[in-house]
Amino acid sequence: MLKRCLTSSSRLWFLSSKNYCTSAGNAEEDRPQFPGSRSRWTQKLQFTASTDFEGIPVYRVMNRDGTITDDKQDPNLGQATITKIYKGMTLLNTMDRVLYESQRQGRISFYMTSFGEEGTHFGSAAALNDDDLVFGQYREGGVIMWRGFKLQQAMDQCYGNEDDNAKGRQMPVHYGDKNLHFATISSPLATQLPQAVGAAYHFKRQGKGKVVICYFGEGASSEGDTHAALNFAATLECPIIFFCRNNGYAISTPTSEQYRGDGIAGRGPGYGIASVRVDGNDVMAVYNATVAARNYCVEESKPVLIEAMTYRIGHHSTSDDSTAYRSVDEVRYWHQKDHPISRLRKYMELKGWWNDDMEKEWKEDSRKQVLQTFVTGEKKLKPPLIEMFKDVYDEMPENLVKQYNELMEHLKIYKEHYPVKKFQGLSEELS
Amino acid sequence: MMILRRKLQYLIKSAINSQKRCSTHFHYYPSTVAASEGETSRMNVFQAINNAMDIALSSDPTAIIFGEDVAFGGVFRCTIGLQDKYGKDRVFNTPLCEQGIVGFGIGAAAAGATCIAEIQFADYIYPAFDQVVNEASKYRYRSGSHFDCGKLTIRAPCGAVGHGALYHSQSVEAFFAHIPGIKVVIPRGPIQAKGLLLSCIRDNNPCVFLEPKILYRVATEHVPVKDYMLPLSKADVVVEGDNVTLVAWGTQVHVLQEVCQMAQDMLNVSCELIDLQTILPWDKQTVINSVKKTGRLLVAHEAPITSGFGAEIVSTIQKECFLNLEAPVFRVAGYDTPFPHIFEPFYIPDKWKCFDAVKKLVNF
Repeated sequence: MLKRCLTSSSRLWFLSSKNYCTSAGNAEEDRPQFPGSRSRWTQKLQFTASTDFEGIPVYRVMNRDGTITDDKQDPNLGQATITKIYKGMTLLNTMDRVLYESQRQGRISFYMTSFGEEGTHFGSAAALNDDDLVFGQYREGGVIMWRGFKLQQAMDQCYGNEDDNAKGRQMPVHYGDKNLHFATISSPLATQLPQAVGAAYHFKRQGKGKVVICYFGEGASSEGDTHAALNFAATLECPIIFFCRNNGYAISTPTSEQYRGDGIAGRGPGYGIASVRVDGNDVMAVYNATVAARNYCVEESKPVLIEAMTYRIGHHSTSDDSTAYRSVDEVRYWHQKDHPISRLRKYMELKGWWNDDMEKEWKEDSRKQVLQTFVTGEKKLKPPLIEMFKDVYDEMPENLVKQYNELMEHLKIYKEHYPVKKFQGLSEELS
Repeated sequence: MMILRRKLQYLIKSAINSQKRCSTHFHYYPSTVAASEGETSRMNVFQAINNAMDIALSSDPTAIIFGEDVAFGGVFRCTIGLQDKYGKDRVFNTPLCEQGIVGFGIGAAAAGATCIAEIQFADYIYPAFDQVVNEASKYRYRSGSHFDCGKLTIRAPCGAVGHGALYHSQSVEAFFAHIPGIKVVIPRGPIQAKGLLLSCIRDNNPCVFLEPKILYRVATEHVPVKDYMLPLSKADVVVEGDNVTLVAWGTQVHVLQEVCQMAQDMLNVSCELIDLQTILPWDKQTVINSVKKTGRLLVAHEAPITSGFGAEIVSTIQKECFLNLEAPVFRVAGYDTPFPHIFEPFYIPDKWKCFDAVKKLVNF
């Protein structure tokens, strides 16, 4: 029974004002000597429950009306940066609408929108250095756009055309760009977390003050890799920011079926990781928390966990109809009453930095940009067929050279059964 | 009469040897190197691996070694002395979590570090299977070469050890042979272990390096002291012969080396023995050339027979050497059971099972 009390996690001790594990009178002289924990004896048998503690509070800078509630918390980002953030969020929103519709029309195979989570992307991205390495899940398009990923690049990736820097090999929204220090997205959830820790470890050894940020959803937090990453980051003291987007759902699964503790931030102290929960629909709160986390990472060479509370306004993906598992009213609330874009717009209007005319002009301009790049992306040819065989290894091994040659021989006879005209140079090669 | 005498001599010799060997099922046949390879030192496999990692750390300041219990020298002594020599930030313990170890290695390699990750037993590599299959192997391909983890090497002790039972005996290579994007390498002794491991560490692709653990202490030979590498995807013709081609890797090469001798002595059959060394991408041409000469092939491996890597070799050879084959290709392998404890002597594809296969091959 003693063991139960001790193993119930020493962290809760420090968070709690309750003296629930009372010590014996001579505790100073007689303390437990077990190598696996640091704590004191108790004669009281008591389990520790997550309900013994109030949930970690949600840090907020600006209320739903766009008003800064405590001036000391105002990051004073200035008109230029705020406008850039706002334009980034709205451009992503416009792109999401166009690409979502284009998938519905069968023009691209798949898409995932970021509706409602634009604030987490731009608020955190703006707080980082451009050469800090980003590992993402898939709903972080805004982060790579902030870094300079062009609309055309996004379209080229979604179309998998000859200008896609990944040669059309992955599904849409699996962006990546070495020049922008954004590691290429992959579909398996949470695999990027321990990888991000490894990268952060290398940065620590390099001693150049670079940090890693790793984004993931609250559903991915249930994967074993998340456990691995949090524990490795703590024990190996890595400068990494774990950024969890807790949007309430993993496809159809609500958080009540995902976990029973105090969200994701509540787990951080159990791993010995400094943790904070922020309002993900408040760009300023996300920004402040990420700046502070970055500083902590660099100064302490330790990990930080940020849990950004938000709401997934869109469907999980174009393969999902979320009305099958949640109410339209619920979605409407977040869309109309608590949206990161409208909140920042209110802030800008209060400052006199934005108005209806500017909004109208920007909406037209951004829509034009999106449509232009979309059409351009659609018209481009697909990459040369050899790209299907390249980059498996650094050099094509003998078996792949042979398989490519066999395919080409096959196509010479059966080309009319394949979409050869869509691929760069293929018709010429076969004629 | 002559044959009978040879047979008798062999049986006496082998009876004496088997007394010496106790639990091991093979004789170790040491390799030698030419005098031109320079100074040599007597090393067993764990010392050769330690020596390779020592060289890797000294020649590459980004190189790090990590895994469970590597800091104090490793449970097989492979990393002994390296933390003292290179520091705690370069040779360190991780938490006990294989998916974390491999994921960590992928990320550090992608960021620019040369990573040597250790999985304590190949039997425990499966928790990291997702990171190997879906991540490490596809990193370069999926990113259009924007990112890669080519500087990652995963070392893991593998194979039968006499008493390892289900979870300290497995030969996992076939699972990994089905993964485009990685390399899978298995040495047969200290000289190969050092040269092939250095090649894996410096190769620009993620490598799985499987070390037959029964050889760690048993196998000793004169290993060049210098920094040298042996080519990957290159098989080694260990014994030249004309009548039957034998293919194996790891410990099984030594089993078959004895079988070569047995076949010569008892059947007057000349076997050509090939150590495949690299499982993926494998050296087809060396095996094809040999089978075209001999017309007969036996593949032997400790792993279970169904979908073992032997199946891949067999299907390739029947396609490439169909007109040269004078008998069906034989496989001698572990049975399609988990690797058992007390039944190990009956489970493994030992020299008698392999010898019998050679006999059937030549009499077909």
